[in-house]
Amino acid sequence: MDNPVLLTQEAWSSLQTAAWAVLILPLLSFLVNGLWLGRKHERAAGWTATALLGATLACALHVASGWRSLVLQHPELYPSRTALAWEHVWLNFGGNLSARLGFYLDPASVMMIVVVSAISFLVHFYSIRYMKHERGAGRFFALLSLFTFAMLGLIVSGNLIQTFFFWELVGAASYLLIGFWYTKPAAVAASKKAFVLTRFADAFFLMGVLLTGVNTGSFDFLVVNGPAAAAELNRTLGAGLFAFKLLSVTTVLLYMGAWGKSAMFPFHVWLPDAMEGPTPVSALIHSATMVVAGVYLTARLFPLFAAAEHTLQLVAFTGALTAVFAAAVACTQTDLKRILAFSTLSQLGLMMLALGVSIPTVANGGGGAVTTIANTAGYTAALFHVFTHAFFKSLLFLSAGVIIHAIHSNDLRDAGGLRKKMPWTYISTLAACLALAGLWPFAGFFSKEEILGAALGNGHFTFVAAGLLTGGLTAFYMTRYFVLVFHGSARTHASSAMNADHAGAAHHGPTEPLLMVLPLIVLTVPSVLVGWLGRNAFLKDMLPWTSSATAPVEHLEAHAGFPWMVLVATALALSGIGTGLYLYGRKRWTAGYADDRGPWLYRILRDKLYVDEVYSFLIRKVGSRFVITPADWAERKILNASFDQGGGVLNKLARGLSRYQNGQVQRSVATALLGLVLLLALYFSGSPLPHLFGSLK
Amino acid sequence: MNLAGCLVLSGALFAVGVFGLLTRRNMIAALLSLELTVVAALINFVAFARFGAASATNVAGGDAHAGSIFVFFAVAATAAEMALALALVIALRRRRQSLDITDLDGLHG
Repeated sequence: MDNPVLLTQEAWSSLQTAAWAVLILPLLSFLVNGLWLGRKHERAAGWTATALLGATLACALHVASGWRSLVLQHPELYPSRTALAWEHVWLNFGGNLSARLGFYLDPASVMMIVVVSAISFLVHFYSIRYMKHERGAGRFFALLSLFTFAMLGLIVSGNLIQTFFFWELVGAASYLLIGFWYTKPAAVAASKKAFVLTRFADAFFLMGVLLTGVNTGSFDFLVVNGPAAAAELNRTLGAGLFAFKLLSVTTVLLYMGAWGKSAMFPFHVWLPDAMEGPTPVSALIHSATMVVAGVYLTARLFPLFAAAEHTLQLVAFTGALTAVFAAAVACTQTDLKRILAFSTLSQLGLMMLALGVSIPTVANGGGGAVTTIANTAGYTAALFHVFTHAFFKSLLFLSAGVIIHAIHSNDLRDAGGLRKKMPWTYISTLAACLALAGLWPFAGFFSKEEILGAALGNGHFTFVAAGLLTGGLTAFYMTRYFVLVFHGSARTHASSAMNADHAGAAHHGPTEPLLMVLPLIVLTVPSVLVGWLGRNAFLKDMLPWTSSATAPVEHLEAHAGFPWMVLVATALALSGIGTGLYLYGRKRWTAGYADDRGPWLYRILRDKLYVDEVYSFLIRKVGSRFVITPADWAERKILNASFDQGGGVLNKLARGLSRYQNGQVQRSVATALLGLVLLLALYFSGSPLPHLFGSLK
Repeated sequence: MNLAGCLVLSGALFAVGVFGLLTRRNMIAALLSLELTVVAALINFVAFARFGAASATNVAGGDAHAGSIFVFFAVAATAAEMALALALVIALRRRRQSLDITDLDGLHG
């Protein structure tokens, strides 16, 4: 009917407005709740935040559909599927180097803003009931919205500086929410641990960001991921024993940030402890969104990582190690949320593994130009797993919240026989467990199949084995979790004083409050369906972010040739479930041994391979002797002493000067005259000094 | 009489005023000395109006009598200022039973 160009412009400007709203609405929720509602109207805070997050979700969906119709369906205009909704220069560092705030749209970021805003909305909704009787609910909602704002800003970032900025902001929000119950020493310790560990990793990340910017002249992902940047970085510095490849060092430094944030071994220790925070926080931040930021960053920088020689191998190795280790530890834990936390670690490991197995074949083109040909099936698989995992893992955490709310305990040994009392939670948890175990037709099946197919397609049999082992263990520990919580007979309920995660014994509501069960039911649908529905879209469009000028990245459908892989994976999952049912369903095994008992393997896994103890030893013994004691000495004897001395000198000088000011009018007049004479002398001496204060002529 | 003579007179008057301001302990005497310095400045106005404006380029493009007119305004302003100052001195005298300027050290650091 109308001019199609005009229509496109209209659609484009509506997309831009929605893109602004996606960032501003959660920020508004943070400000309104934090400054106003949180103080006096805590009941209103929850509903306000939820309404604003609902609007954010609507805007995110609008952006996604706009991007789909404007960008994705016009490959002739946007060959790299990438578009820029808006961008503003924020800081200019001189030259071409600038920090910009932008809203980049590509398959990965569009997928993530929809997932994050959807899950954030559901978690806000769920928290209205969950936090009903808590003090500081307004603060809770303000921080939850702040986190959502920061996460969305991180996702849509098109450059490393904006990424780093929001990266730190999600870290700060996570810190504040883990320590939400700030009177509980364990929560405070956990929040500090998370903050310090991720900050340690982020220091390396920042070094990587700066190295990249200085050497490639840009922070933009589009430039950094191009072949010119890789060629610029691809040189050797130093000589002999100290020679190192700049590209490898830079990419490993950048990966360190992802390593800490996604809690890969041995930085994983903060994530299980982060479960001290309220359960909705665990569902949103420490399972579905923030911890996948590391995977997301690795995916963002995938072409650059692929150009480096060993970086992707490191990524795959850390991923595989974390996946197997965490899955094994999850089999022995007795805390509901810790089982899920280790499960999250294990799944994050699988995602990293998927990214890492896209190990490129480096072909040297003419003139030293390095052409990278990477099989990107792993990239697609990793983001597909991010997508499916977000739904079923947040569902598992939210259902764990309902269970904890009902039995007033985090402990598996206190749960049991809840199937009759909580039918809705039972059904939705069952769906999520089957999805996590990777059974057809649940969501996890499809993404796990993609990951294994990518590993196999690139010939990484060790990583395939790690993935298969993780799958079997996952099925086993989820069966253990499920059977011990819902089946069997009701065990003793822990005294409510033992547990801070409950709403107070005086406020016994229904076992399954409607407002808390509703999000579970809503999340059950994607946990079942998204794998089956999303698979083709992901395979077709979820490709690494490259412009036409960047390295050719070949997309191979690696999974196509391995139907037996599906059978093996399913067989392993089924045997895991079978073992779980055999051991726990028939009450052959209980949830765990009493303290300090059980076979050695069980004890090692229950104590999480003593990683925390190693950290403790390093900090208390080695760090204390070689870092803390000398630093303390230097601070007291050098820094403090020199400040005291300097302050003393200044103090004496000031006392001397103040004695001159005796309040006598004639002393003041004399001083003023002296000043006048000095100024005149200065002026007539031809000194340029008076001109510094302005022209006298 | 020329410009130099006027300026020497004005400078001498200013020096006498400053000397009195710095040395006299009686408040009235200090005020008289202060008035001398003001008068020295006013002599400059008149002297430049009489000798300076005619010879130098009239930069401001104003009247050569402007300097003399300024003096009238300044005298009027000084008279008002002196009335105020004397009122303050009388008030201080009533309050402290003293006219010694060195007693007024309330502004010491």
